[in-house]
Amino acid sequence: MIHARGLVKRFGDFTAVDGIDLEVAPGEAFGFLGPNGAGKSSTMRMIGCVSTPTAGELRILGMDPVREGPAIRGRLGVCPQTDNLDPDLTVFENLTTYARYFGIPRAEGRRRAAELLEFVQLTEKSGSTVDPLSGGMKRRLSIARAMINEPDLVLLDEPTTGLDPQARHLLWERLFRLKQRGVTLVLTTHYMDEAEQLCDRLVVMDAGKIVAEGSPRHLIETYSTREVVELRFGDDAPATYVEKLAGIGERLDPLPDRLLLYSDDGDAAVNEVHRRGFTPSSVLVRRSTLEDVFLILTGRTLVD
Amino acid sequence: MVTTYAVARVARGNRLSPARVGAVINRNVGALRSGPAYWLVLASGFFEPVLYLLSIGVGVGALVGDLTLKNGEVLPYANFVAPAMLAVSAMSGALAETTFNFFFKFKYVKTYDAMLATPLRPMEIATGELTWAMIRGSLYTGAFLIVMVALGLTTPGWALLAFPATWLVGLAFGAVGMAVSTFIRGWQDFDLISTGQFALFLFSGTFSPVQDYPLPVEILIAATPLYHAVELIRGITTGMLSWSMLGNVAYLLVMLAVGLYVASRRLTSVLCR
Repeated sequence: MIHARGLVKRFGDFTAVDGIDLEVAPGEAFGFLGPNGAGKSSTMRMIGCVSTPTAGELRILGMDPVREGPAIRGRLGVCPQTDNLDPDLTVFENLTTYARYFGIPRAEGRRRAAELLEFVQLTEKSGSTVDPLSGGMKRRLSIARAMINEPDLVLLDEPTTGLDPQARHLLWERLFRLKQRGVTLVLTTHYMDEAEQLCDRLVVMDAGKIVAEGSPRHLIETYSTREVVELRFGDDAPATYVEKLAGIGERLDPLPDRLLLYSDDGDAAVNEVHRRGFTPSSVLVRRSTLEDVFLILTGRTLVD
Repeated sequence: MVTTYAVARVARGNRLSPARVGAVINRNVGALRSGPAYWLVLASGFFEPVLYLLSIGVGVGALVGDLTLKNGEVLPYANFVAPAMLAVSAMSGALAETTFNFFFKFKYVKTYDAMLATPLRPMEIATGELTWAMIRGSLYTGAFLIVMVALGLTTPGWALLAFPATWLVGLAFGAVGMAVSTFIRGWQDFDLISTGQFALFLFSGTFSPVQDYPLPVEILIAATPLYHAVELIRGITTGMLSWSMLGNVAYLLVMLAVGLYVASRRLTSVLCR
């Protein structure tokens, strides 16, 4: 579906995407994980054929995005980071009007619009304008709009950013259904849980480069330990404990408010901390997540 | 051979799809139907030139009496002012769509970003928006022509010929307005546009023959766009055709071509970075 070699995007002196390689197979749910400014959206825009690569090779659905942009875009569904629904039209018309851009006949457009509103649970909002909809509803409508041309490949740029937890879960559930139907999904996110829930495979991006690639589980197994212990020490700076706790677990990472202790056996590590005579004000043993992977790989947290 | 092939290929790649241009127009028809606010805007756009015609053309015209043109023809003042108001109405109808509305869609509600994620191309978007602007302008000018015929300011025959001329005026101003809108930084810049529009409105041979001005001023006016629109339309509605009207048509066609080209280039460079 997507093939990229040495893909580069520069804006003047700034290199947003710095030579990445990608391969996305049909039916896959593929994710770009990284903080703001990592180059995820620039990559998505190149894949969506609205931004021309500065250098490198890019093929979408076997076609050249520069020469065959309209043909490729006709088979893509794009859900942008910020909603650009049409405020002058009703919910239903937003879909039927969009269908016309793809050359879908009116009757067929209406049929698909009704079906998609059902799918994203907005049927009763059909005649409303877009403005009064909640953030989650707007995002669901954007996803319905992205599906109007029955795309082979759906691009979702931060699909749940800014939504409340309930709206996010509803959206994830809908996206999961799309995936079950065999639709290829490519999404960007800076949420770990989202990447873990939705992606079969993902790349971690930082400063325009891919720093790791694999399934969420594979990434955690490769770069992190099975468990992570979060230690807090009242008012003391966590960094002052790095030396004192050296040797416990595989790795220690001091954050401004807590100390992360990576270990395959969290409880054993906590016992060792106590045995050395330290009493943290709070102790949390949890499973390792992609957040930890990112921290280990880049030395920075994802959401800043 | 290779060159011919390449040129043919580029030409085919750049060919406008009527269906896609139509889809852009279809969006605006949908927006028009969706609320009464839009109809109100349309109605106000019609009444403005009619009010000018009645107050100045008919009111002031009663004071001024008849005008003797440089070719010796004598024309009632209202017959002189009415075609200018018609040209103004074609201009402002199209400009309302391609400046204010275009900018709002371009910068704020990101309508064109959404369109560009589909097979639509910038030139198709620009062409569709411009065609719509011309259609909107022609609603004003069609109604205005009916008023002119009713008041005896032109004949039905000349009115039928003047109607397509107002389309050309709408396309020319709409295209330039759209190109300018892609450079607009914020709402404050619209004050500049409306000031410019008002200056054109007053000094394009609208209310007095340009020959009455000093020669340098006359030359200056002859370089500005609304003058050409007024000359073309006045020539038709008064039935005084002349070869110089071909020059007016050429001027408007250049505005159309340059405006459309710049607008679609700017859509590409701003939105497809």
